[in-house]
Amino acid sequence: MDEIFGIPAPLLFGQLLLGLINGAFYALLSLGLAVIFGMLNVINFTHGAQFMMGAFVAWMLLNYLGIGYWGALLIAPLIVGLTGVILERTMIARLYKLDHLYGLLLTFGVGLIIEGLFRNEFGSSGMPYRIPAELTGAWDLGFMFMPIYRGWVVVVALVMCLATWLVIEKTKIGSYLRAATENPALVQAFGINVPRMMTLTYGAGVALAAFAGVLAAPIYSVNPQMGANLIIIVFAVVVIGGMGSILGSVITGFSLGVIEGLTKVFYPEASSTVIFVVMAIVLLARPAGLFGRS
Amino acid sequence: MTESSRRNFLTATGSLGLAAATPVTGARAQAANTIRIGVLTDMSGPFRDISGPTSVVATRTAVQDFGNRGFNVEVLVADHQNRPDVGVSLVRQWIDRDGVDCVVDVPSSGVALAVNSVMRERNKVYLNSTAATVELTGGQCSPNTIHWTYDTWMLARSTGGALVRAGGQSWFFITADYAFGHSLENQTMEFVRSAGGRVVGSVRHPFPGTTDYSSFLLQAQASRAQIVGISNAGVDAINAIKQAGEFGLMRRGQRVAGLLVFVNDVNSMGLQIAGGSVCTETFYWDLNDRTRAVSQRIVANGTPGGNRPSMGHAGCYSATLHYLKTVADMGIANAKASGVDVINRMKAMPTDDDAFGAGTIRPDGRKLHPAYLFQVKTPQESRGPWDFYTLLQTTPAEEAFRPMAQGNCALVR
Repeated sequence: MDEIFGIPAPLLFGQLLLGLINGAFYALLSLGLAVIFGMLNVINFTHGAQFMMGAFVAWMLLNYLGIGYWGALLIAPLIVGLTGVILERTMIARLYKLDHLYGLLLTFGVGLIIEGLFRNEFGSSGMPYRIPAELTGAWDLGFMFMPIYRGWVVVVALVMCLATWLVIEKTKIGSYLRAATENPALVQAFGINVPRMMTLTYGAGVALAAFAGVLAAPIYSVNPQMGANLIIIVFAVVVIGGMGSILGSVITGFSLGVIEGLTKVFYPEASSTVIFVVMAIVLLARPAGLFGRS
Repeated sequence: MTESSRRNFLTATGSLGLAAATPVTGARAQAANTIRIGVLTDMSGPFRDISGPTSVVATRTAVQDFGNRGFNVEVLVADHQNRPDVGVSLVRQWIDRDGVDCVVDVPSSGVALAVNSVMRERNKVYLNSTAATVELTGGQCSPNTIHWTYDTWMLARSTGGALVRAGGQSWFFITADYAFGHSLENQTMEFVRSAGGRVVGSVRHPFPGTTDYSSFLLQAQASRAQIVGISNAGVDAINAIKQAGEFGLMRRGQRVAGLLVFVNDVNSMGLQIAGGSVCTETFYWDLNDRTRAVSQRIVANGTPGGNRPSMGHAGCYSATLHYLKTVADMGIANAKASGVDVINRMKAMPTDDDAFGAGTIRPDGRKLHPAYLFQVKTPQESRGPWDFYTLLQTTPAEEAFRPMAQGNCALVR
């Protein structure tokens, strides 16, 4: 019991747990992407920049207005979500009738501009952001030292995923959304304002990214490229889970976190590539992704 | 795809900036009486804060401090985007089109080495300040190059050696998986072993793009090593050290040593996290009256966000000032004619400036000055912004860098 495949058991358990924690971020970010793609048919490449904006808004709230972590958790997603609404109204809404590629290029470009502006203003090495006092410290689990904050991240991410899924699958507004995706003209004929619903959906997806950004601020250095580093992996997660599938992206997010964690023990050099290997295999076997409809 | 597209965009904008910086009225007579210095640096990537705009300001401060001694000095700026191909083509363009005589700064070891061969081929002056590789004064040393500020050997000796002597007998390394990380790790391992310490393990993380270090930190924790050596740089080092604090490595009695940490990194981490760790630099703004004065002049010239200069920035200042003094000494016509002649004269003249004090340049192109081992202050010890370091130990100039005989440099064999 002491060793599994030549790796000490406590180390392996620790890595599994860490995998779940990282998976929580992947799940939360890919959730926002899946919501946006599922409803708007837009591949939102600005997502990484919006995640980064969430972290920076939290930092600004603290340093300019003295609003701490708990306030930021609520306010930052609202502010960033609002910028998302403006972006959707002024630019993205014009592209719904065109090929996916246009939406992708637009959001990619906007993401680069946002990152560039932040880099110009704040430099590249980032800003410090402290873990809130209530969540500092760690539990000694015997096999590892578990920071309380990381445990909090997993719980919050799970709750958010569940809540989003419930809203879309079980509520009236969710059913409007799903219907509008299938046949917008018919839904509009019933007197529902479809364009406004699209705008709010984009805003909500962006707010989810910003929420993840606030959660990430105390763990990672708050820097302009923090989103660019994560977003490529998150796109792989969405593709593996099936574009637009909410449940798919949540389950895939957590499981890929675990796979990545294990790779870091057995062959760390490959830990950045393993997710793309999985993606290639899944796409060969199931082109629509694990949970996608072909 | 993300990276390359952004880089292309920046190349385009970078060249626009370059074109704007080039004078259109450059009459032939005026060109002959003008020294052009190109600051090739990272304006947009992970090394922006430890080089970038502050390096440019530091170089301009040197030009200002040098004053007018009968010739004009122009400073040009370009962003190499940490790509050797971009760096090389920018330098070629500078030399062929803009008449650049001297290139300074050049962070990122890969780009630094690529530029090294172009400068030699075109016989210009190359003053590298912010790259870490010892190859610049080793196997790839060049008669056109001076490596000014620091290198991996010096960091390994100062930080590694000091920690073993302080009782850190067993080591675990977390290393960026590319040339710089490997060489910093290997050189530190050698010092640890020769000082009687043991290396109990190491792990290599992918570069670039690693943001989460928790798995590697857990392995470091399981190894029960006394010292965890962080062998990466910039944002990577910041994230690794920040997360080491989160996972309680320090509280459980392990010591985390950032093997390459600049004062700007400490500012980003915050003293809450960085406090108590040790690092090595060859310059600190608050070292003495002269360093305080020069730092004040650099900051007053407009560093972004009031950024204090690190050793890399100070190196740009010091190298530029010594270069200009040499040009004045040998005459601008001679200086423009041959880069090798300028470098030889620079090596023959003793250096003296506010940033590093008195120093010398070795025949293999290594600038010599003392290395300082610092302990980062805790928030309680710090008296204000940028009050970060307590000096623990000084390695004298002649011992701080790799002995010339071990470097295998063809110039001195």
